[in-house]
Amino acid sequence: MSNEISKFQDPGLPAHQHRKSDTDPKAEKRAEQQVAILFLISAGGTVLSIASYIFIKPGKFVFLPIMGDVDAHQLFLGLGMAIALLFIGFGAVQWARRLMPDEEVVAERHEFRSEEVDRKDFVNTVKERAGVAGLGRRTLIKRSLGLALGLSALTPLVLLRDLGPLPKKQLNKNSWEAGTRLVTDPGDRPLRPEDLEVGSVAQVLPALKNGEERTLENIGTDAVLLIRLRPEDFQLNPERLSWTHDGIIAFSKICSHMGCAVALYEQQTKHLLCPCHQSTFDVTRAAKVIFGPAARPLPQLAITLDEQGYLVAKQGFTEPIGPSFWERSS
Amino acid sequence: MKKSEKIAGNVANYVDERTGAAKWLKKNLTKVFPDHWSFMLGEVALYSFIILLLTGTFLTFWFDPSMREVVYNGGYQPLSNVKMSAAYASSLHISFDVRGGLLMRQIHHWAALIFMAAMIAHLMRVFFTGAFRKPREANWLIGVGLVTLGIVEGFLGYSLPDDLLSGTGLRIAEAILQAIPVAGSYLAFFAFGGAFPGHVFIPRIYTVHILLLPGIFLALITVHLMLVWYQKHTQYPGPGRTEKNVVGYPLMPVYMAKAGGFFFIVFGVTAFLGAVASINPIWLYGPYTPGQISAGSQPDFYMGWLDGLVRMSPPLETHAFGHTISWNILIPGLIVPGILFTGMALYPFIESWMTGDKREHHLLDRPRNNPNRTALGAMSIAFMLVILINGGNDLIATHFYLTINQIMWFTRIGVFVVPPIVFIITKRLCLALQRKDREIVLHGRETGRLVMLPHGEFIEVHEELSAEKKYTLTQHEQPRALEVPDTDGRGVRNPQGIKGKLRARMSQAHVEQVSAPSESEAKALESGHH
Ligand code: HEM
Ligand code: FES
Repeated sequence: MSNEISKFQDPGLPAHQHRKSDTDPKAEKRAEQQVAILFLISAGGTVLSIASYIFIKPGKFVFLPIMGDVDAHQLFLGLGMAIALLFIGFGAVQWARRLMPDEEVVAERHEFRSEEVDRKDFVNTVKERAGVAGLGRRTLIKRSLGLALGLSALTPLVLLRDLGPLPKKQLNKNSWEAGTRLVTDPGDRPLRPEDLEVGSVAQVLPALKNGEERTLENIGTDAVLLIRLRPEDFQLNPERLSWTHDGIIAFSKICSHMGCAVALYEQQTKHLLCPCHQSTFDVTRAAKVIFGPAARPLPQLAITLDEQGYLVAKQGFTEPIGPSFWERSS
Repeated sequence: MKKSEKIAGNVANYVDERTGAAKWLKKNLTKVFPDHWSFMLGEVALYSFIILLLTGTFLTFWFDPSMREVVYNGGYQPLSNVKMSAAYASSLHISFDVRGGLLMRQIHHWAALIFMAAMIAHLMRVFFTGAFRKPREANWLIGVGLVTLGIVEGFLGYSLPDDLLSGTGLRIAEAILQAIPVAGSYLAFFAFGGAFPGHVFIPRIYTVHILLLPGIFLALITVHLMLVWYQKHTQYPGPGRTEKNVVGYPLMPVYMAKAGGFFFIVFGVTAFLGAVASINPIWLYGPYTPGQISAGSQPDFYMGWLDGLVRMSPPLETHAFGHTISWNILIPGLIVPGILFTGMALYPFIESWMTGDKREHHLLDRPRNNPNRTALGAMSIAFMLVILINGGNDLIATHFYLTINQIMWFTRIGVFVVPPIVFIITKRLCLALQRKDREIVLHGRETGRLVMLPHGEFIEVHEELSAEKKYTLTQHEQPRALEVPDTDGRGVRNPQGIKGKLRARMSQAHVEQVSAPSESEAKALESGHH
């Protein structure tokens, strides 16, 4: 016994049920009034909104539960608008539901596929037209056209060339070099070791040379964090230890993952945390990655003191700052 | 004739004599639209797009898309005399010195969230009911395109104000560009006009945000709606509804009034949210500088899943021959999203290949009646939710007293384990629901009423379903698995090779069903009772 034959029969569309407003003139009248009231409330909303625009001065606050203090001007302006819009909508929907015909109607569908004759005719037309144009024969024209079209597509690419300069070695560069003073950000004050207590952090930038201005691009590669530990806390190899000064160690502040500012220093654990994707770096072990998606430690800046006793870079960074790129060699 | 009627008549006459529009309109004003709440999701997306156009245009009158440095001197005292970009200063100006400006910014942002949420919900509706099947594959592709572009448009939008949060997002976008093998540094330098952040990026994305992408949206939405119009809407199965007809309300007046009214409701809801619910309070973040960051920075939800993927990625990088490949960026930032969106775009074609079904479909599936598809959809949602959870791991950690480490490992493992489990459970659930349908068709619905039979036994009264309900629960097809021949006519074994086997296996999984009860079964049972 096959399923197909004995499927339940389609009983057809259920009979239409009349609404109260279809049969009872009183109910119809009531529905009409109801819709009108909704539209009138909307009009009131617009009045509220305009009145708030004119009469409530910005900068007055009212307290709303959960939301806290809200600017009264923008609150009532917005509430008025919301009422105006919502009640136009409610009115229209109510009108459709209560008073407009609610009988479902049926329309036929037709398969999209064209009739066999039309399809054949179409193919013949295309063939015939193509024949008239000689598309089948004129290979020389076809090929040269193909070449021309293909080449012309290069124009937009060429025209976009001046969007920016070539990267050259730019991604390897930053402003730090041997002898550059570390200055506070903000404030641009040079720092002595005694300005930093054990356990504290300072954000520094390279001192500006005469006439130089600091740009955001500079900050994006130059920002450095200074952290002071007790010298015995370090677990560094002799070279890296020689890059520190009396417990002060300096790292690039630009995350080696995707370039966010590594901002959170946890004094207890001596970990640096990048809030973007939570890469965590161990300060005592030259910013080794101990958690998160970063694949490389933060670059360490070798520091020492100059003759006046200010902190300076012993040398520039030995590797590029920030996120990786194809030409980066390590 | 009333005067107004006369004027209307004259206008109509003028237009028709020049276009012949009357004939087309006559037919289309009574065009039938099926009614169902789930058909409104696409409408919400459309309406919120219109709201975005309106509020966005308002914002352009004051917004200054420039990275020129200015000293702020406006209505927000805490940032007085702070150096910032003109873009950020003008966003503050809109928020504090233009009446209604903050409201419009907030409506714009809320509308963007609703736009994305509605598109995603609409896409799910289309997926789970099989509305993407022939002849509607093109509209599925347009939809996937719209969601993808919507993510980009939203990201560019909240990058415009150039506050600390949005600048951080741009830094991450730059790092993704930079990570692309071979061309990365070039792409990044071309996009940003040099080293990050440069001076040209905000003006550039401004053009894209207010002109290029809205134009593309408009074009795609137009084609999308024209196709819906031309192909006619799908409908849910039920009595009187067939593959050959469409049952619903005529465009004029019912559908017009409902849809028009609904536009105002959506607009009203966004206005309400804009009035009471603060969103993206840029003045709290401060101007962007690459050396700083605001803690607990969260992207909008439609970006959050990407962030979650990036966060859970293992720290992998390859250094060889003087070059670097950052798998920790490429896999979560480009490869996995690429696979997800390509798979989503191709799904209608994959399903039709699996089932060998090349027919037109205008009746929707009830999700339970296609357990495999429903389970696949649930699995994808589960995947997205797991990575979205990781995207908010810092918030979740503080709210639920967990460590980020715990959430990270839960999601790293969960992303592989949870989706398959969800697949299995969903499929079982669908089959169980089918069994229940079968049960109530054959034995009626339990009423909870007990009656005592003459000999003292209690039985529960079962109420027989109406003919309409019985039909609705049994009308679906009972597809059969594709037969892939073991040998072809000349005795070659397994003529279609591995592909054929795979196809047979997939098809097998796809048709797994509880057989729908037939009328004869019902009859047989009935006669058994008496
Ligand atoms: C699908 C379309 C759109 C989406 C998803 C979208 C999304 C966004 C978002 C999330 C913002 C950030 C708002 C904030 O919190 O400050 C924004 C800002 C902005 N959008 Fe759009 N938008 C869309 C279309 C448009 C259009 C069509 C225009 C103009 C014609 C526009 C103009 C603007 C302007 C000028 C801003 C910056 C204003 C400011 O933040 O102060 N947007 N957009
Ligand atoms: S940018 Fe620091 S963890 Fe990703």
